[in-house]
Amino acid sequence: MILVLSALIIWIAMWGLNTRLANGPHAETRFIRLLVPAIFGLTILVAWELLVRGLAVPLVILPAPSHVMATFFSELPTLWLDFKQTFLKGALSGYVIGCGAAFLAAILVDRYDFLRRGLLPVGNFVAALPIVGTAPILVMWFGFDWQSKAAVVVVMVFFPMLVNTVAGLQETTVMQRDLMRTYGAGYWATLTKLRLPAAMPFIFNGLKISTTLALIGAIVAEFFGSPTMGMGFRISTSVGQLALDMVWAEIVVAALAGSAFYGVVALAEASTTFWHPSHRK
Amino acid sequence: MSKVLPVLAVVASIFTLWYAAVPFMNVKETLTGLERAGTTVVPDNPIARRDASAVALVLRNSFAIPATYAQERPRLPAPHQVAQDLWETVVLKKVTSKRSLVYHGWITLSATLLGFTIGTGAGILLAVGIVHSRAMDMSVMPWAIASQTIPILAIAPMIIVVLNSVGIQGVVPKAIISAYLSFFPVVVGMVKGLRAPDAMQLDLLKTYNASGSQGFWKLRLPASMPYLFASLKIGVAAALVGAIVAELPAGGARGLGGRMLTGSYYGQMVQIWSALVFAAVLAASLVLLIGWLQNRTLKRMGLL
Amino acid sequence: MASPVNTPVISAKSLDLTFQTADAPVQALKDVSLDIAQGDFVSFIGPSGCGKTTFLRCIAGLETPTGGTLTVNGMPPDEARRARAYGYVFQAAGLYPWRTIAGNIKLPLEIMGYSKAEQNDRVARVLELVELSDFGAKYPWQLSGGMQQRASIARALAFDADILLMDEPFGALDEIVRDHLNEQLLALWARTNKTIGFVTHSIPEAVYLSTKIVVMSPRPGRISDVIESPLPKERPLDIRDSPEFIEIAHRVREGLRAGHSDA
Repeated sequence: MILVLSALIIWIAMWGLNTRLANGPHAETRFIRLLVPAIFGLTILVAWELLVRGLAVPLVILPAPSHVMATFFSELPTLWLDFKQTFLKGALSGYVIGCGAAFLAAILVDRYDFLRRGLLPVGNFVAALPIVGTAPILVMWFGFDWQSKAAVVVVMVFFPMLVNTVAGLQETTVMQRDLMRTYGAGYWATLTKLRLPAAMPFIFNGLKISTTLALIGAIVAEFFGSPTMGMGFRISTSVGQLALDMVWAEIVVAALAGSAFYGVVALAEASTTFWHPSHRK
Repeated sequence: MSKVLPVLAVVASIFTLWYAAVPFMNVKETLTGLERAGTTVVPDNPIARRDASAVALVLRNSFAIPATYAQERPRLPAPHQVAQDLWETVVLKKVTSKRSLVYHGWITLSATLLGFTIGTGAGILLAVGIVHSRAMDMSVMPWAIASQTIPILAIAPMIIVVLNSVGIQGVVPKAIISAYLSFFPVVVGMVKGLRAPDAMQLDLLKTYNASGSQGFWKLRLPASMPYLFASLKIGVAAALVGAIVAELPAGGARGLGGRMLTGSYYGQMVQIWSALVFAAVLAASLVLLIGWLQNRTLKRMGLL
Repeated sequence: MASPVNTPVISAKSLDLTFQTADAPVQALKDVSLDIAQGDFVSFIGPSGCGKTTFLRCIAGLETPTGGTLTVNGMPPDEARRARAYGYVFQAAGLYPWRTIAGNIKLPLEIMGYSKAEQNDRVARVLELVELSDFGAKYPWQLSGGMQQRASIARALAFDADILLMDEPFGALDEIVRDHLNEQLLALWARTNKTIGFVTHSIPEAVYLSTKIVVMSPRPGRISDVIESPLPKERPLDIRDSPEFIEIAHRVREGLRAGHSDA
């Protein structure tokens, strides 16, 4: 009971503190902007820990954060193996192939107006579909190992990337294109000097969306069959064994991998599209 | 016409490619079946066939091409096989039958809609809170954005099992996953929308000495509508994916996800394809429906 | 290099241009005839819809006339465009935000295949010409609107075309900046002896800058008056208070009014 009460008190104290910080005189500084969400996250973890202990929540429903952390560190070798299988082999290779193919396809589609008008509606349509559903088919075609996961990822990232890149290549203004015409510039000069640079914000948008899709595709595809390793495999078998601490440890890995992947792409974006109004300093 | 023609051409070429791929995908199983039935095929031993390329097999056994389109369990079903299966499971079966896709589709759709409603409602409420409370904005918003980079779908099996263990079954656990997936896009889009009015429009309301709630109902909420609908489209598609994935670990073989999983267990490719096409049509209809609502609403508001 | 004064650099004979729009064809140019000689500073002035920008775009080969003949340096405009006969300055600076000022000026030079050393030489030279030497490494969005427009003029000058076509280049700037840029443009013209075609809707600007003022009127777009300016080539800003200046401005205004009344 004391633990539950203290969880409540800590929650109220955090909220008071954050309200003061957020409305205080230094609210706009970088430090406070990072501190406030950090306090919020920490409080959730602490309250979670206290509530699980105080209410004696069984492990099969919700393990305490400390328990998850302990499992995370003691099972590091297994987690690393799963990470290698799912992320490095499945998600990453599929991401590179899928985004690369979509980029080339986008340039082709953009070159031929007929293709653009035909493929773009189809691409937009497909981008909204539950493509994860192709996972069982691709697992059957490409086997249980990482190749089928990469194939699912390719299919998942292809259309969002295609649609974004094509939209980006359309992004130039009439005046910019006229300027290139006054120089007598041909297709390739216009593409490399004007349209690709102008498309960069859109291309990176596609790349960022695809990071999350890649991880989802690789994990969910493992629910349809995999070798005895991989994050999706571990999650579904650990759930079956009611080893929820292991499931949460995998979720921690997935969260870390997902945000790091996204972060790397976002960093690359910031250094390439520094000129875009949303990035200017 | 100039709009439809390119789309038709692309769709037609997809089907052509599909039909063209069928013999190559199915040739090995077809030949094994034919051999078992007493037909001579080249080469005549299965091991040599396993190592041969699909192209070579098709070329050397061209008589078997028609049979590749009529396999019981093809690796790649031909479009007409999928269409036939759809016809049988959607139209011919009674909707109460366990083999009717309408029955399974409804199971998935009900979870999707329930979850989507919950997720959207909660998302809008949180967005309103974020816009009106700086503390909430600064505490929650970074996490809401960061959470979009995390493969949330991965925890679907756990939620199902945990809820099962406390006795919650049926549509609710799936709806929770759907809600969870549609929640974040709505929060982020709605916050953007509620902040869409510019300083001049807000200043205008200040000159009228309008109250906070007047500002909300008369300016912020109407201004947020285009953003809301854009995120609803994303949200409903995500909710459907969530419901389908949630059906994978449930094991009950119910719903479109269940159909896919059992199809995958028993090597019933046609069944997977039908479920996939049905899910695609469902997703497209949901997105179109919201697009239609969007059009109507924004037109009535004079925003289109 | 310079062609003999008597053969025009740009020559239009009864030029017509009709746009096919959804409801009705629009006659943007009707029977436009004009000769522009080497070293001329020609302004095109008129209300919107009079075809002044369209005519400039025809000269640049960005629009194709539907009737009449038009030559630039003795060639059809499209050929002249591919021979890089002119530099074009648009209404907005239109600098690429992902390139520095120097990088923007290099853009046409890269496309036209100049060597790296030549590129750097030319960038330095034209930056000095527009007084932006210290800003080559800056990005466009770090500069004021006037500076951006000067950079876009430098970009048009970089490859040494004899003709400079300018489509309301200072239209978006405030009057003080505009005066300053007008002065600079005249100095630049005096130094380089280029042929300049200049679209504007400001009467003082047209009179101050030009050796020849072409007054145009709308529906259909046509030339209603061509005024040869008697002002000397050397023009301080306060020439705008002189009686000659005011008289020419008056004549331009009369021409515009006449074009309007019968429209």
